[in-house]
Order: sequence, then C-alpha cells, then structure tokens
Amino acid sequence: MKIECNRAWVFGDSIDTDVLAPNAYMMKPVEELARHCLEAVDPEFASSVRLGDAFVAGENLGIGSSREQAPQALMLLGIRVLLAKSFARIFYRNALNLGLPALVCADVDRIRQGDALRVNPLAGTVENLTMRETLDCEPLPSHLMEMIADGGLLAHLKKKLRSGGNS
Amino acid sequence: MSMTLSEKIIARAADKGRVQPGEIVTCRVDLAMMHDSSGPRRVKPMLEQLGAKVWDPGRVVIITDHYVNESDPESLAIEDVTRKWARAHHISQFHEAQGICHIVLPECGYLRPGMFVVGGDSHSTTAGAFGCFMVGIGATEMAGVLVSGEIWVRVPSTIQVRGLGRLPDGVAAKDIMLMLCRLIGISGANYKVVEYTGTTVESLSMDERMVLTNMSAELGAKTGIIAPDEITLAATRSALSAATPWRGDDGANYERVIDFNANELAPQVAAPHSPENSAPVDAHADVKVDQAYIGACTGAKLADLKMAARILHGRKIARDAPLFIAPASLRIAEQAKQDGTLAALEAAGAKILPTGCGACIGLGPGSLGEGKVGIASTARNFKGRMGAPTSRTYLASPYTVAASAVTGRITDPREFV
Ligand code: SF4
Repeated sequence: MKIECNRAWVFGDSIDTDVLAPNAYMMKPVEELARHCLEAVDPEFASSVRLGDAFVAGENLGIGSSREQAPQALMLLGIRVLLAKSFARIFYRNALNLGLPALVCADVDRIRQGDALRVNPLAGTVENLTMRETLDCEPLPSHLMEMIADGGLLAHLKKKLRSGGNS
Repeated sequence: MSMTLSEKIIARAADKGRVQPGEIVTCRVDLAMMHDSSGPRRVKPMLEQLGAKVWDPGRVVIITDHYVNESDPESLAIEDVTRKWARAHHISQFHEAQGICHIVLPECGYLRPGMFVVGGDSHSTTAGAFGCFMVGIGATEMAGVLVSGEIWVRVPSTIQVRGLGRLPDGVAAKDIMLMLCRLIGISGANYKVVEYTGTTVESLSMDERMVLTNMSAELGAKTGIIAPDEITLAATRSALSAATPWRGDDGANYERVIDFNANELAPQVAAPHSPENSAPVDAHADVKVDQAYIGACTGAKLADLKMAARILHGRKIARDAPLFIAPASLRIAEQAKQDGTLAALEAAGAKILPTGCGACIGLGPGSLGEGKVGIASTARNFKGRMGAPTSRTYLASPYTVAASAVTGRITDPREFV
C-alpha cells in the first residue's frame, strides 16, 4: 500500500487536541467542527487543505484529550497520512482505528510545506518527490496495517463478526 | 519473574501468567466508562453499522458531565441521545449530571483494586488512585470494546515516582504534578505507566492521590497508578485479598525511578499554554489575574474546596478578580454544604456553580473572554481551552488559586495559611 500525497502541511511540536478539535464546536457535528480545525494556529488551514494532502508535525502530535474528532477532522478535510516525530498515545490509536495511517518519522524536519510525498507504511519509507529523497519512518506493525487496510477498526470488526468469530 | 503492579493487572486481564513491557496482548475489560461527549452520541452509529449489541451491559457505566448545564439545541440533543441509548441498551449504571465522570465513578463504588478498566476520556488515568489500571480510549475503540469486551494493549514499561517526606502546609498534590510536568515533560511518559510510591504518597488522602493519577495524563502517560493500602481499601470498601496482593513484586523492573523531596517543595504555577511551563510560584508573583476558577476532575473535590476555604476564611476576594467554584460532584457539593465549607467560600465572595466540566472546556460562567487571564485548579491550559483563543490560563493548586483570588495577582498561599 502506497499513499500518494499532493502536498505536505507542516506544523511544529505539540499540536494539541484542543486546537485540532476546538471545544467551542465539540457539540456540533464533526463536519462542522472540522471547518475550525487548527484555526487558533493557522486560520487558513481548514479552507486550504485538499483531499490527498499529508499532515506533518513535530513531537507529541495530538497531545491532550481522547476526542476522536481530532484525527477525524483532519481526515474529513482530506488528510491521507500523518507523519510526526512522535504522537500522543490516544491520538495515535484513534487515527489508526479510523483507518488513518500515522507514522513515526524522525526526519520530518526535511519535509517542507507543499512538498509532494509518497508514503509506504509497511516498508517504512517516505519518498519526498519534490526534494527527490527518501526518508525512513517506523513501519506499522502488520496487525495494525491489516486493520487500516480494512478501513479502520469498525470495518475490521464487521469483517470479523461476519466471518463468525465474536472477535 | 517479578512484575510491576500494572504488569500484574494486565497479565490477569490477558489470562497470562506473566507479561513483559513491549509485548502486545489482548485484555478482557472489567469495566467500560463513557461520558456524554465521547459516549453514546459517537458509538451509537458505530454499533448500528456493526449490527452488534453491548457485550455485557453490567460492565458499562455512563456518566454525563460535559454538556449537562448547557441549553443550546446541540447540547440538549446530545443529552437526549445519551439517555435513550442507555435505556435501549439496558445500561442501568447511568448517572446523569451527578458530577464529573472520574469523580462519580469511584463515588458510586465501581472501582476496586486490580481492575482493568477503559474510559472514553483522557483523564481516565484518575482511577489508578484506587489501584486500577484504567486507560483512556477514543470512540471507535470504545465501540470495539462495547461489542467484544476486549482490547489490545502494548504492555507499558513503568516509571516509578518516589516521594519522600510530607508536603509543607499550603503545598498540595497539584504542586507535585506541576513540578513533574516540568521535570518529565508533557510527553515524557508517553506509552508508559507512572507509579507513585514513597512516604509522601502514603501520607496523602484519596482526594490528593487522585490528583497524581489524574494529571498523569499531562505527562503523556498511558496511565498512573498507586498500590492500594489501608486508605484505598477504606475508600473502596474492599478487603485486601491475600491471594492477589495488588502491588509490584520486589525486584520488579522500573524503566526509571524519579525521587523528589516533598519537604522542600514550593507551590508551583504553570504558565500558558502548557502544564509543563511550570515554575515555583515566585516566578509569576506579579501576574495580574482577571478571574479564578476552582473546578474540574483535577481540582474540585472536597479536599480542594477545603483548601480554598482555609485560605479564604476571614478574607474577601478581590473585586476585580471573581472566583468561580464548581464542585466536582453533587455529593461533594452536599458534603461541603453540610460541613460549612460552601458557606465559608460564599462568605468570601466566591460564586458557586453547578457541577460538571464547565469552564474546564470553556463552557458557562468561569470561562475566559477575549484577552482575559485566568488562574485555575484544572489540569490543562492549552490555547483557547478555557474560552477565547486569546485568553491565557495559569494552572495552580486550590490554595494558590484562592490566594490569587484574594489579591488579584498570582500569590504564594503560604503567606495565608
Ligand atoms: S473536568 Fe475537564 S479534564 Fe475533567 S473530564 Fe471534564 S473536561 Fe476533562
């Protein structure tokens, strides 16, 4: 599975769940909340990001609350893959459970805003097509990749329930 | 092979003789807790999509706290969906607007040492004060637990935090955690468990121990935990079973041991916009505050209200720095009323609010307007969390918040006790 990303959106360290999914819109439908994703940090982000873009951040991406709307908002806005130096634990699990690949990549500093990327989660590589270089990332374990390939935990469970086992 | 307390609980839940850090195992869930924000409104469509039922309604607890005091149509609809879903799925352990979930859960006696628990909230770590291994999970993962009763976990390594000595007067568990946020960092314990030990912890009440485990979330930890002792057992009304002594083995492997001396700890204050921006209170002594808030699962238990009452006794809060107090549960509010704590707070000019998450997530009175500066006993001060994106929140203990409300600037409470 290779993920082609037209453009990278590059952010810094400790992008928290409160800026990804602001409290003021948490009671709204997630589609509406998504339009306010990151507005405290970059008011242009939600309206400019396009389907097939990549989200690149530094340390502790998704620190804070357990709200699944944080990765879900990014997904709804079109983000295909998350790359960060490190992730907060619950955010990481939430992203994978939603079927959004989240990869730990030590060299994200080499990615610039707008770069085109080709990501291979199983092999653990990020090809920067703009810069013509390949970065290493931690490959996703196969049991998680299986779930992501199914489209996330729900689809994965559905498949399992259908095949008889009560997972 | 020796195991830590957390490893023992995971091994038991995974039906294994032993587990090791790094290993991925599947655990049976003893109890699953949801609140109104992350609960039924999110999992309902998922369960419908799966066409599946709740694996064991007797192991599910729903406690509403996030939008219970709001009257906008969206909030009302969320509460309605929650109520209907609980009824339809025969969840009898349903507590509506009784208080904040992490406080109501132990209040109702659901927690017992050795349990493996999941919660749809990041501060689910709080239950560790009761000797439980409780982790926060997102909504999709909760849907998975609800239909299967199971969850996979990667066995975490354990950081031991060992406190020696007693906290000085006017210094609280909150100050320990703000100091640790600086020392360990807000992601320093990512994927790991923090176990609190030592004479300092042994000397703390349950209310204070809960601050340690609650704010383990601010260290990025998978959870926080404290081995149960007589104080825990009195609170959970369970008997210590010799067969399962819920404590780590001698010689268990800790990834790191952090020692601190409680006798020397000063009150701490975390500056905007991160709990790790903490420093001894002196560093912020001249900062003027517009508002003070004592609330949230972190800082509005009975012990917290009493700390504030002690500072406010015989004093008045500054006219230009209103103090809002939202007790963490109805039971706490009732106890505080009975023992005179609420009266003391009100006499000083504090405004008592209904229980719930409230201003901790920027809802209702106590939240901060554009450009306002607040000081709060809550756990998080991320940008915009307590209100307007331009507001700024300082975090401190209930002692420090109350003292600052008296003077209108960030103030060392030791001058007042
Ligand atoms: S009081 Fe604040 S930290 Fe606690 S559960 Fe509610 S929103 Fe979360």
